[in-house]
Amino acid sequence: MYTQALNTSEAEDRNIEDAARAAQFQARVDAEERIEPNDWMPSAYRKTLTRQISQHAHSEIVGMLPEGNWITRAPSLRRKAALLAKVQDECGHGLYLYAAAETLGTSREELVDQMLAGKAKYSSIFNYPTLTWADIGVIGWLVDGAAIMNQIPLCRCSYGPYARAMIRVCKEESFHQRQGYEIMVTLSRGSEEQKAMAQDALNRWWWPVLMMFGPPDQASQHSDTSTKWKIKRFSNDELRQKFVDATVPQAQYLGLAIPDPGMKQNATTGHWEYSAIDWDEFKQVLAGNGPCNRDRITARRKAHDEGAWVREAAAAYAEKRKFRQAAQAAE
Amino acid sequence: MVRSERTKRLIDLAVASISVSETPLVLYALRRADDALILGHRLSEWCGHAPMLEEDMALANMGLDLLGQARELYDYAAKVEGKGNNEDKFAYLRDVRQYRNLLLLEQPNGDFARTMVRQFFYAAFADLYWRTMMKSGDATLAAIAAKSEKETAYHVRHCSEWIVRLGDGTAESHARAQTAIDDLWAFTGELFEIDDSERALIDAGIAVDPAALRPPWLKLVSDIASEATLVLPKSGWMQQGGRSGLHSEHLGHLLSELQSMQRTFPGATW
Amino acid sequence: MTTPNTPLWEVFIRSRNGLAHKHVGSLHAADTTLALQAARDIYTRRGEGLSIWVVPSSAITASDPAEKGMMFEPAESKIYRHPTFYDVPEEVGHM
Repeated sequence: MYTQALNTSEAEDRNIEDAARAAQFQARVDAEERIEPNDWMPSAYRKTLTRQISQHAHSEIVGMLPEGNWITRAPSLRRKAALLAKVQDECGHGLYLYAAAETLGTSREELVDQMLAGKAKYSSIFNYPTLTWADIGVIGWLVDGAAIMNQIPLCRCSYGPYARAMIRVCKEESFHQRQGYEIMVTLSRGSEEQKAMAQDALNRWWWPVLMMFGPPDQASQHSDTSTKWKIKRFSNDELRQKFVDATVPQAQYLGLAIPDPGMKQNATTGHWEYSAIDWDEFKQVLAGNGPCNRDRITARRKAHDEGAWVREAAAAYAEKRKFRQAAQAAE
Repeated sequence: MVRSERTKRLIDLAVASISVSETPLVLYALRRADDALILGHRLSEWCGHAPMLEEDMALANMGLDLLGQARELYDYAAKVEGKGNNEDKFAYLRDVRQYRNLLLLEQPNGDFARTMVRQFFYAAFADLYWRTMMKSGDATLAAIAAKSEKETAYHVRHCSEWIVRLGDGTAESHARAQTAIDDLWAFTGELFEIDDSERALIDAGIAVDPAALRPPWLKLVSDIASEATLVLPKSGWMQQGGRSGLHSEHLGHLLSELQSMQRTFPGATW
Repeated sequence: MTTPNTPLWEVFIRSRNGLAHKHVGSLHAADTTLALQAARDIYTRRGEGLSIWVVPSSAITASDPAEKGMMFEPAESKIYRHPTFYDVPEEVGHM
């Protein structure tokens, strides 16, 4: 199944990229067939997917931190339990995704090392701080909402393990968005302070959430082959627009104002046309200059480094046990 | 000075903590609820920081089990008390001196070994406790016990597997595990202590006498320690006080964090 | 000391109303006991599982997809193995 012995090595791939196999591969993708781990695939397909899936996994794991920041201060036991369960789900999603990425031939340890060394990316949105309880509501409502919009098409992605991981993730994700929105509803029906808290959170998160969908279509470098290979099924702008159209009425229900005074609804198409996004901010955050980039990596490095002795102990014990079992069998 | 009605109401709401009518059954339920909440809260502090992702899942799982137990027990305490309190009022609006959890459980997480040892000492007891409580004359407590026992049985298994691996792993893990045992041992005596109000409930067939659980608890703990090549301290002085609100300095900080939102925004709904 | 990579395990779950174990994913664990516990924590949180198998990934041998023809075609041509070959009268209902 996922044994690396049957996967051709990268070097072989580079040599034997003959046109016939590539054409056959593309035909399978065009026919909506699933590509599985031991199938032949272009090395660029393997590389792109490894990058995308692992970045997705890193995002889930780093994403535990901004929300985890509020578990100990959750304002009711029900919220506390729901938030702990949500963050645990995100850890689980990271695990499913690392498992999917590994089927392409890179170990989880290598992938994580890349992230900790700052060589691999994770979603820009998690480099923003959660300053108030309302941020937790907004994250569930908007960040998870945006993620769902991105993830549902991925359930039909050409690569089997990634598609299956996404199906699993999507099943669990709807609870996340509902939980977030419910927090927003509660705040919107609360005190003046709570309403202000909700509006302030929306003001700070709205634009970073729109940036989650990635650069505008003409600016993105990865999109063309990703579309051809059915890894990416909708463009950035398409998904972003879909998200805005779904979210505006939700904000209206809450009595909250989207922090875009220039946004207006197109009378013909019905689409909510938003103002220009500040892509400089996005570039800075991706370059490591967001408010929390350093804190996030520091936290993950700390967990990794301080956990080393635990992982070593487990490995040492496993060795000892193997040795003892072998000795017993020999008696 | 004239105070507006609204200001006065806010001030009333802002009067810090609630008062609790601690009749024996209410107190009994609150003690177990506080145990579960405080320990669950400590475990939740690990979220996003565990030694491996698989363990982040496990710690969160145990934390959620305990939060669930806490909520059911607080609910029951509120029902029995009948004074309009609820799970959140108990959790968020009682101060340190009103909390009734075991000292063991409010101890900081420390390193992974310390967290596992703390959890193991408690779960090994709680598993025996819930199993016996399934026969309680109080139907609600018996039902809570049945659910909690299944959860706790898994906690015991998970933690004992780790203690064996840490004790019998590397020199470093062994040293850390041994230090954790040495430091936390003095808090284990409190697991088995009772007072007069519990004595009354025991006689009524509602509560279980924890002293009877000490021999099987000690056997399990000794067996695991031995398999882990770890040494249990000779039974020395045991710390007490949590059950009557005489806590370590750690609980105040824990509650500051836990209660901060409700204390900052009195009367708000979340 | 650099830790050796933690072994990879494949996880199979049979659900409450399932007939067979289904592959659900993989995880890393140092030994079988930890692998089984991790599988329970990761893959059965919503009551999905009744039975869990964990298998070291290295123990699994997979068929070579390039040889699909040789391995699987003979069965494909034996159409009488498939239920659709048989006509079941409509009155009998779904079978």
